[in-house]
Amino acid sequence: MGNFLVWLVWVVAGFGCLASGIAVISFRNPFFSALALIGNLASLAVLYLLLNAEFVAAAQVLVYAGAVMVMFLFVIAYFGEKAEVPRGRGRPTWIEVGAILAGGALLTEVIVVIGLKAGGKLSHSASVDASFGTPAEVGRLFLTDHLLAFEITSVVLLVAAVGGVILGAHSRSAQ
Amino acid sequence: MRGPEITWYLCVAAFLFSTGALGVLLRRSPLIVLLSLEIMLNGANLALIAFARQQGDHDGQIFALAVMAVAASEVVVGLGLIVAMGRRRLELDVDRMTGLRG
Repeated sequence: MGNFLVWLVWVVAGFGCLASGIAVISFRNPFFSALALIGNLASLAVLYLLLNAEFVAAAQVLVYAGAVMVMFLFVIAYFGEKAEVPRGRGRPTWIEVGAILAGGALLTEVIVVIGLKAGGKLSHSASVDASFGTPAEVGRLFLTDHLLAFEITSVVLLVAAVGGVILGAHSRSAQ
Repeated sequence: MRGPEITWYLCVAAFLFSTGALGVLLRRSPLIVLLSLEIMLNGANLALIAFARQQGDHDGQIFALAVMAVAASEVVVGLGLIVAMGRRRLELDVDRMTGLRG
């Protein structure tokens, strides 16, 4: 019974993930695309929870669905909801045909590789205890084994913040 | 492990990644190109976390958190560029941004 419930949650979250991903790239109005991406991020957080990644799931909802999407929605509101005009006036252009072929090739390659590896090593998952993926464990690793990655991340965020301020200031002086 | 095997998570991750790649290649609004980039990064993150669960090791989760921080920085710079484009009255269309074409 427990196993069935896990499968049910997985199917709902996985399907929601794929459907909202396709919705993001097919809406003409960027506002609806951003709303669909919030659904995508939320269902991904459910998948992370099923993979015992509790801290990453919480960070996903806070950082992505919270902070990043609010920024997106502000910029979309700033520009107004201008719908995009299709490229080829209804007919597919060479760019679109090529892009769909490239995306399909990418997907087929990865699925074939996964299919070749399935059944062997991929099917055996390590058994983990209850502390796997908890904030305590991830925080301990960040301050011991992965301290350098933690510090580099903080520098990256600082540089991005300075870059955002400089971009905004220059575009204002150019007016 | 209860529920589906890692293979199924990897298939979802591959599908998400190629959906995002399609969005980057097909759409012309830079805002939606940025949103599609987020989908690609999330597909990679899902694969990292699935492998972390399969190995029983936290390194994949740490990597996923670093990817999240980089994605947030990328959005800051990308949206800054888009706002700068809008303030200069440039049309928001990546096909028309050909100033650097050789």
